[in-house]
Amino acid sequence: MSKTIMTVDDSASVRQMVNFTLSGAGYGVIEAEHGKDALAKLKAATVNMIITDLNMPEMDGIELVRAVRNDPALKFMPIVLLTTESQDTKKQEGKQAGATGWIVKPFKPEQLLGVVKKIIGS
Amino acid sequence: MDPHQTAYLEEAKELLVELETSLLELEDTPDDQELIGRVFRALHTIKGSGAMFGFDRIAEFTHQVETAFDLVRSGKIPVTSEMINLTLRARDEIKAMLEEAETGETTDPGSAEEIINAFIALTTGAAPPAPEPPPQLPPAENVRPGIIAPDRPEIKGRLTTFRILFKPRREILQTGTNPILLLDELNALGECTIIVNNEKIPSLHTIDTEQCYVSWEILLTTDQGINSVRDVFIFVEDLSEIVIEVLEEDLDSLDDSQQKRLGEILIERREISAEALTACLDKQKRIGEVLIGEKLISNQAVANALAQQQHSSRVLKKQKELAETSTIRVEANRLDKLVNLVGELVTLQARLGQKAFRENDPDLISISEEADRLTSALRNNAMSIRMLPIGKTFSKFRRLVRDLSKNLGKEIILTTEGEETELDKTVIDKLNDPLVHLIRNCIDHGIELPEERMHAGKAGQGTIHLKAFHSGANVFLQITDDGKGLDCKAIHAKGVEKGIIQADTVLAEKELFALIFAPGFSTAKTVSDVSGRGVGMDVVKKNIDALRGTIEIESRQGSGTTVTLKLPLTLAIIDGLLVQIGKGFFVIPLSAVEECLEVTRTEANQALERSMLSSRGEILSYISLRRLFSCHDTPPPLEKIVVIEENGHRIGLGLDSVIGQHQTVIKGLSKVYQNVKGLSGATILGDGTMALILDIPQLAQCVKSEPPL
Repeated sequence: MSKTIMTVDDSASVRQMVNFTLSGAGYGVIEAEHGKDALAKLKAATVNMIITDLNMPEMDGIELVRAVRNDPALKFMPIVLLTTESQDTKKQEGKQAGATGWIVKPFKPEQLLGVVKKIIGS
Repeated sequence: MDPHQTAYLEEAKELLVELETSLLELEDTPDDQELIGRVFRALHTIKGSGAMFGFDRIAEFTHQVETAFDLVRSGKIPVTSEMINLTLRARDEIKAMLEEAETGETTDPGSAEEIINAFIALTTGAAPPAPEPPPQLPPAENVRPGIIAPDRPEIKGRLTTFRILFKPRREILQTGTNPILLLDELNALGECTIIVNNEKIPSLHTIDTEQCYVSWEILLTTDQGINSVRDVFIFVEDLSEIVIEVLEEDLDSLDDSQQKRLGEILIERREISAEALTACLDKQKRIGEVLIGEKLISNQAVANALAQQQHSSRVLKKQKELAETSTIRVEANRLDKLVNLVGELVTLQARLGQKAFRENDPDLISISEEADRLTSALRNNAMSIRMLPIGKTFSKFRRLVRDLSKNLGKEIILTTEGEETELDKTVIDKLNDPLVHLIRNCIDHGIELPEERMHAGKAGQGTIHLKAFHSGANVFLQITDDGKGLDCKAIHAKGVEKGIIQADTVLAEKELFALIFAPGFSTAKTVSDVSGRGVGMDVVKKNIDALRGTIEIESRQGSGTTVTLKLPLTLAIIDGLLVQIGKGFFVIPLSAVEECLEVTRTEANQALERSMLSSRGEILSYISLRRLFSCHDTPPPLEKIVVIEENGHRIGLGLDSVIGQHQTVIKGLSKVYQNVKGLSGATILGDGTMALILDIPQLAQCVKSEPPL
């Protein structure tokens, strides 16, 4: 049973790269465009982990973390934030909200896989 | 340009359109926070994704624009028409850069610089947004978040033992963290002992199952350096107390005398003072028990210290083993000589055995048996020196599969199993070409194109599985693909076309598949540069035959093909069946022998006329070895038949008597005899006489083609 990871990002090219990297390593991938879209899709599918961008329309990454943590069915879901070097305060805010980890953009596919492995195993 | 980059360029163009419309709207409603957010997000995505896919110039430029606009977003500077104009200019500049990335023409970098300078001029005076102080988590009881680790230069490659205390906050599970995976990660770094401290677990009616009550102490011996250890805890350092200590450094030069005693470890761990320990040591019991008995320290403390003691002794043992299994390189021909000498010794031993048996002297018999044991041990040992694991050969094929499948537009992965299976070096060397050919065949004929597979309801990606395993005195290699399998009709039609079989011939599946090995046979519709010239499978078969191996094909149409190679462990000594015809001795490789029968002389003569005989209602081909080797002595009244199987074909060999199993040391025949059909070598028997080794595949050939030998 392979694990499924949700990638939440308003940038289609980043989603595509995350999807390509993860599915190449044998994970299932579900894409969502922003926080609201992610929450809607989480109702319909079983997901083992979320990788989300911070800046998104409709609902940003921090709000998504809070929403997931407040849902009893999802509260232990691992969530990784995609941040940039300049977003350190945002990163702290995300940690405060209950994010599991973070990856600083730009990252290489193997870094992404390393973090995924650290958080949900292979 | 890779597909990701193309996708980025498409997306960036869409974002630029979005940016333009947002900016124009913003000009009408300068206070609209939502619009400002949209502009900022568009810039941010162009920057972030640009850096991701290697458009550094675009990322850098956009970063500057974004920084300026961040001031707008935080209300530090107002939205002016000047600001809008400038951002629009920046947008055009980004568009130019994108086009440049697509076409490869260069724009004037001066204009970008000009825009940046204008932004700087616009924003000076506005203080850069002060970084907000990071929110602090409330301290939890008796957990001081952070990593405490000695600051030391990173030395990789030197074995160091770390003692790591990992005390997560109780709420750690609320952040989706699984501490067990972190322990797994540490475990992967080196030799690891993990001790659980579970004294803090409350009683059942007060426990909150969503809290983490345990902490861990980990002893890790690794050559990865302290930073790899720190990296494991990167996400949890402010949710846990982590203490990393260095216990022992430079373990590579350790020896037993440095093994610490439990008392020493306890003092080192600051669990007890030296005086208290000495007082207890005088009681002459096991120190741990005394200390607990005296209520000086807790059970847990002793258990942890004991675990540390065991950990270091384990590491020491590993180090020792490593030192002992150091290798020396020996020329291959020296080993060949050794194996030859062992072969001579085996022959000599057979003589001694016979002599002892004839003399019936108990002393001599016991000496002979002793020598027998020693020679077989020596033989196995000498053989094992020449053995190499097949894994190296396997790993060579990964590249082959990758490149070829890409060429043909197929998606194929190679999986392997049994890499540690050992084979004689000579066998491994000679296996390479046949295996390459078989794998090429899988890729070319076996596995279909992704769309074709999807149609058939299979995964788009095909798999080739290489498996090696031992069984008896043989090694089996299996190449399995999950492709379309063999098409019996096509093979039959081809066989008829090539004149290998008659049109009305009905063949069992096994025999039909065996046609593939006939020279000049190929069912590929078109000749590709990979395979399909029809040279190959027959050559593969010849190669495997030369190794005294066999090759078999199993296939189910639609679900794939398995090719099984059966190979002898070694080429120097085989198990054989010693038989006699007239005064001559012959050896039949035991691996080919199915059963032994007896027929009367009359039946044998009938069989000779028809070239076949029936046994238990089955028809076998029949070869009289008496006739083959022109033996004209009077035949015995009963003829023995040894039934051999070759490629699904059963053949009865008619001979005078079966002597029994024989350890056969193979000697090559000299050049004079190299064209003699039906013989592959010779061996020396215990009494010094010679026996010839039969070449089974060749004999089987003569049954099919019946050339006058």
